[in-house]
Amino acid sequence: MATKASRSAARVMMAPAVVLLLGWMLVPLIMTLWFSFRTYLPLRGGDQGWTGFDNYVRFVTSSSFWPAISTTLVLLIGVLAITIICGVLLAILLDQPMWGQGAVRILVIAPFFVMPTVSALVWKNMFMDPTNGLLAHLWRFFGADSVSWLSDVPMLSLIMIVSWQWLPFATLILLTAIQSLDGEQMEAAEMDGASVLSRFFYIALPHLSRAITIVILIQTIFLLAIFAEIFVTTGGAFGTRTLSYLIFQRVLESQNIGLGSAGGVYAIILANIVAIFLMRIVGKNLD
Amino acid sequence: MHLRTAFCAVSALALTAGAAVAQATLTIATVNNGDMIRMQGYTDQFTAETGIGVEWVTLEENVLRSRVTTDITTKGGQFDIMTIGMYETPIWGANGWLVPLDDLSAEYDAADILPAMAGGLSHDGTLYAAPFYGESSMVMYRTDLMEKAGLEMPDAPTWEFIREAAAAMTDRDADINGICLRGKAGWGEGGAFITAMSNSFGARWFDMDWNAQFDTEAWANTLNFYKGMMDESGPAGYATNGFNENLSLFNQGKCGMWIDATVAASFVTNPDSSEVADSVGFALAPDNGLGKRSNWLWAWALAVPAGTQQEAEAKQFIEWATSKDYIELVAENEGWANVPPGARTSLYENPEYQKVPFAQMTLDSILSADPNDSTVEESPYVGIQFAAIPEFAGIATQVSQEFSAAYAGQQSVEEALEKAQAITNEAMEAAGYR
Amino acid sequence: MARAVTNQRKAINTAAAWIIGLLIFFPILWTILTSFKSEAQAIADPPIFLFFDWTTENYSTVMERSNYARFLWNSIFIAGGSTILGLIIAVPAAWSMAFVPSRRTKDILLWMLSTKMLPAVGVLYPIYLLFIQFGLLDNVYGLTFVLMLINLPIIVWMLYTYFREIPGEILEAARMDGAGLREEIFFVLTPMALPGIASTLLLNFILAWNEAFWTLNLTAAKAAPLTAFIASYSSPEGLFYAKLSAASTMAIAPILILGWFSQKQLVRGLTFGAVK
Repeated sequence: MATKASRSAARVMMAPAVVLLLGWMLVPLIMTLWFSFRTYLPLRGGDQGWTGFDNYVRFVTSSSFWPAISTTLVLLIGVLAITIICGVLLAILLDQPMWGQGAVRILVIAPFFVMPTVSALVWKNMFMDPTNGLLAHLWRFFGADSVSWLSDVPMLSLIMIVSWQWLPFATLILLTAIQSLDGEQMEAAEMDGASVLSRFFYIALPHLSRAITIVILIQTIFLLAIFAEIFVTTGGAFGTRTLSYLIFQRVLESQNIGLGSAGGVYAIILANIVAIFLMRIVGKNLD
Repeated sequence: MHLRTAFCAVSALALTAGAAVAQATLTIATVNNGDMIRMQGYTDQFTAETGIGVEWVTLEENVLRSRVTTDITTKGGQFDIMTIGMYETPIWGANGWLVPLDDLSAEYDAADILPAMAGGLSHDGTLYAAPFYGESSMVMYRTDLMEKAGLEMPDAPTWEFIREAAAAMTDRDADINGICLRGKAGWGEGGAFITAMSNSFGARWFDMDWNAQFDTEAWANTLNFYKGMMDESGPAGYATNGFNENLSLFNQGKCGMWIDATVAASFVTNPDSSEVADSVGFALAPDNGLGKRSNWLWAWALAVPAGTQQEAEAKQFIEWATSKDYIELVAENEGWANVPPGARTSLYENPEYQKVPFAQMTLDSILSADPNDSTVEESPYVGIQFAAIPEFAGIATQVSQEFSAAYAGQQSVEEALEKAQAITNEAMEAAGYR
Repeated sequence: MARAVTNQRKAINTAAAWIIGLLIFFPILWTILTSFKSEAQAIADPPIFLFFDWTTENYSTVMERSNYARFLWNSIFIAGGSTILGLIIAVPAAWSMAFVPSRRTKDILLWMLSTKMLPAVGVLYPIYLLFIQFGLLDNVYGLTFVLMLINLPIIVWMLYTYFREIPGEILEAARMDGAGLREEIFFVLTPMALPGIASTLLLNFILAWNEAFWTLNLTAAKAAPLTAFIASYSSPEGLFYAKLSAASTMAIAPILILGWFSQKQLVRGLTFGAVK
């Protein structure tokens, strides 16, 4: 079917998207690379010339670098784990016959429509506030001391907030996948006396692997760049400083564009490592 | 009305930006503090008087800071007026990024601006930003709780007394915390408080060779005292409380004392917003007998970025917003207690304003703060709760994050100070000071 | 499913699903409820759920303070414009990837996705400087273009997965009947892929609506969407839960309503080719 003519037509049709994205990637990337080799301090007279790899060395040797990397990964893995596990369970539940399925689905989807800034603000103030937050009221109702969520268990709180936002997305995709599961196969397995657990692990889970891959891929893309939630809730304090937040601090708070740009290059490298890693899995699963 | 706005938006989009401006419209970036929001309500009057339109970009403090800093350093030209503080003004002025405000009209009476404020908003004797309101910090306390505890607040308390009083006022069952203080990370939040407090403990950020001083005993004393007192008598989760959080705690009657910006006095004594409005007393910020008190000096001020197309109109607005007439306008409509404080000498000479309970204490606090001589031992920087060097905001935010982690019990005070020392020296080296 | 289900089991399922659904939805419900309270009741201890004095005072305060209509219009324009523009560019690209695949198709696709992983903060300065050069700051068109670029990879990828599910024979049959490339795309392919396109459109509209970094940093007054609107309510002085809730409700309501009305399309389309 792929004639020569259709091939060249295909190339022409792909061109706008590819050229635009290439520009969107290369122009800032080249500028970032350029800045990263320069001493660029806007508050001290701007660009002060070449500095070689100083920025790169300084960024990695800073005491905040490795904690930032591990925070980034903890957040990523934590949110992925919660959304996928809860998402699978919730999808299975929603797939069961029940009254008002459509209405429940609406309730479950809703958090996905909420702006990250709004959800961070609402969670921080109205739920996690140790004095007036709803969780504090709940804790006190049961006679416990209220928890200072954002300072005592900052990572857990952050993971909770982000998971709440992404759970609907995971659930939806997993639900569509489950609905396509062959009912007869399940029934046959049930007849053969397979337990609920083994039915889940040997039939449902393999069927879901593709959907799970997609959830991981899409969420990773968004989670690596997470910013608003941290900015609003902790401002990077209490060990919630991710790599992208550290770059923000270098660029905007310290006004050191060179150093921040070097950090940006590291973040790109990290993103690519994760991307290659993902592509290995996705590549296998996407055919 | 919606349809009309939508239509306007559509037609504005259809025209190019330049052609759409029939008359001058100023774009003003400002912080979402109460006094600024009040001012927005009165801008119609300015437009009616002058025919100059005003577009407000109201942002939360942190967002505002990063937004205007990006714009000014890249010469983005997005704003005709920016709301900035005492920290930014001299640095930006020195870089030539702000329009000097040395040609304000005679009736504006620039000489009436409180000298402490004018000094902090100038570089080399030239005013670069006009103060909208100014503040120091002081003790606000509950007179009823103080009485109940059998104590009497002196006009100039010591830290020892504050700690004792806090412990005496604390009543966990009634949800009353003896003292509420800022612990939130950020140089302008908890960072500002602890730096101002450390001055009264004899600490300083840098020695004369720009070496970080967090390994000194004075800093250890400051932090240990702060954490000790807050663990005893502070509210739960104080490590995340900033100005706004404490204000709402105090207004709900959950704090015995609160040491913070003098501008808060008008909020805590306003019966509309405060449950304890009629039982608030004021005192100077505490000291330790070392000759320095722990109060700061700050002003939110309006500045014109260099390169704006509408310099004359922008100056006209600034003259209006920071004038004596504006103060009278607010006084007429909302009462003297609600006028923007701390900017003008004439306000404190006004007999009407002198009746306001916190007026004198505010003035005394402002007058006792000297950015040029803020530390017990000599220091190379200007500023009380900050050091007016470009690197400070970045460093102090990280340092205060370490402190907040110590308040929350994630690390010890010693660890926090060690990290603060390393962070600061690292950054000062990168900037070429050491 | 042909399994016989007892009513009892159905009742248990229903109860469990509703409890979990309400729990997940609760923060939004609470925000909406709080927006109708007075500031004092918003922090009442113990909290009041329904029996408070309902008031719309917060909404009028917010309306008075900010030009909500303009923020809303900018959000609609930017999110809608960037999605439609993205679709126009992505449909041909996805078509050629799905029906004329080459060895490199998958690499290109994954490369496109990887551009989304660039940390936005790292390139803020370069982009800001470029925008100054082109005079695009605080301009809805500039912002629309940036958001289009940000979401383009997702759009291409989603469309690609939908197109691939369309059997090639149909296209060949159309070609036999003398359909040109354009007819093929517009009269054969597009109608078949309509559910997929609809859900792509919806998902990207939502993503663009909620984008909070570029929309905040590249705008001032004229082009600022609802994400900037909410930034002015995040921590005003004193009691602010009720006003914050009102502003939040106003910021999320349009997209929430849109999402609910179109959830069938969204759910049906959100397969990412996951269903075989």
